[in-house]
Amino acid sequence: MKIRIDADKCQGHNRCYALAPDLVDVDDYGTAFVLNDGVVPAELEEKAQLIVDNCPEFAIETTTE
Amino acid sequence: MAYDAADTDQVDHEPVTDWVNDWDWLDDQWGSNAIDIWNQVREQCPVASTERYGRAFMPVTMEGVSAVANDTENYSSIWVNVSRPDSPRAPAPPITSDPPEHHGHRRLLLPWFNPKKVAEMEGVMRQYCRDLIAKLDGSDTAELSEQYSQNIPVFGICHLTGLPESDADLYRDWISRNFQLGPKNNAVKLEIMHEMTENISAILQDRLDTPRDDMLTYIANAEIDDEPVSWDLKVGYVRLQIIAGIDTTWSAIGSGLWHFAQHPEQVAQLVAVENDHMLWNTASEEVLRYYAPVTMARKVIGETEVSGCPVHPGDQMLLTFPAANHDPDAFEDADQFQLDRAKNRHVAFGLGVHRCVGSNLARLELLVALQEFLRAFPNYSLDTTKETVWANGQVRGPRNIPVLLNK
Repeated sequence: MKIRIDADKCQGHNRCYALAPDLVDVDDYGTAFVLNDGVVPAELEEKAQLIVDNCPEFAIETTTE
Repeated sequence: MAYDAADTDQVDHEPVTDWVNDWDWLDDQWGSNAIDIWNQVREQCPVASTERYGRAFMPVTMEGVSAVANDTENYSSIWVNVSRPDSPRAPAPPITSDPPEHHGHRRLLLPWFNPKKVAEMEGVMRQYCRDLIAKLDGSDTAELSEQYSQNIPVFGICHLTGLPESDADLYRDWISRNFQLGPKNNAVKLEIMHEMTENISAILQDRLDTPRDDMLTYIANAEIDDEPVSWDLKVGYVRLQIIAGIDTTWSAIGSGLWHFAQHPEQVAQLVAVENDHMLWNTASEEVLRYYAPVTMARKVIGETEVSGCPVHPGDQMLLTFPAANHDPDAFEDADQFQLDRAKNRHVAFGLGVHRCVGSNLARLELLVALQEFLRAFPNYSLDTTKETVWANGQVRGPRNIPVLLNK
């Protein structure tokens, strides 16, 4: 599983960073970006779904490649 | 009832009997019944209207609220509350700014409210809450708004900006007059604008003369794209901190305390887990969803429509984020307060480019305030012999929270 964050949609709510700091980080302006090229370790897949489900801007999606 | 204030300073309204065609966010029923009101309106139509402040609309669905919040072409933030159309309005960037200027105005403040920066305050915030709690020691009852929730965001914003905490009463007075009286009364609005401008100008001048390591010094010397920011805008930045950073969060904290005072089973669940447990996160987010305090507004600047309702330049549009948070199309069992709600795309801090710049600070204050209080008084309950009064309008929340501490 991978996660992708749409930087144009992200408005810096920082819900993802609060819920999964091991998957995403934020810059000085609060804009989120993925860690580790967005690769989600198996044990964090639930966390990944959680940040998708809590982004008010629908800026995060998961993909299975 | 149409707006016909003519030249008078004060416009008074009859109590609302038709929320779909004649709503009024300053009606006394709004504060305590807003959630029911939005739900009832939503069952009849997605957008309510009124003529009480000139023509104004109120979308009550997530779809409508989201469409307005994300459309900066047809809606301007120059008006961020529904007031009489001739109301004097002071700039408070970036909340009152539109693109393209908005971007620079916002980036100036964002680093100060970055989650990592704000997290540095957790320790002092906890200690501050504990000091407030220590003062309740030995009492059987408390009024948690005055004795607890009101104080915390004042401390937070003063600590972060450098504003003097000794002016807390002054800030509270400005805020309550601005939100409760201002939208109907131009004289009150002007009075507050002058008082704030004078006070803030003196503080910014002091920082120019005697720089400190604080946000006020940074604002006093602010530049955007290597150009100095105008004095009016600098004053506006500080105006925003005071107007938007204080009673918003105390309303959220107060709503949470009011809620949990009536749900001992939820308190028991929370105090049974560590502070970093996910349940605390979902619980405080659910407080924000269910009791979102802040309603914003926009001025319509283009011919457009929202949820099929045509609107025209000069109309006002309420941005009812709290109503969207109760839309059953956006939330499962929207009417239920769920401590462990795992899917929660609530919009208590808004949507789009105007997402609340202070949301990380507000979240920290809410979480810490709830954790410290619930752990100190896990058996507290609402004092049902006294009545709780809820504030109307832009910032909704309990103005008083009478409780039995049951230590």
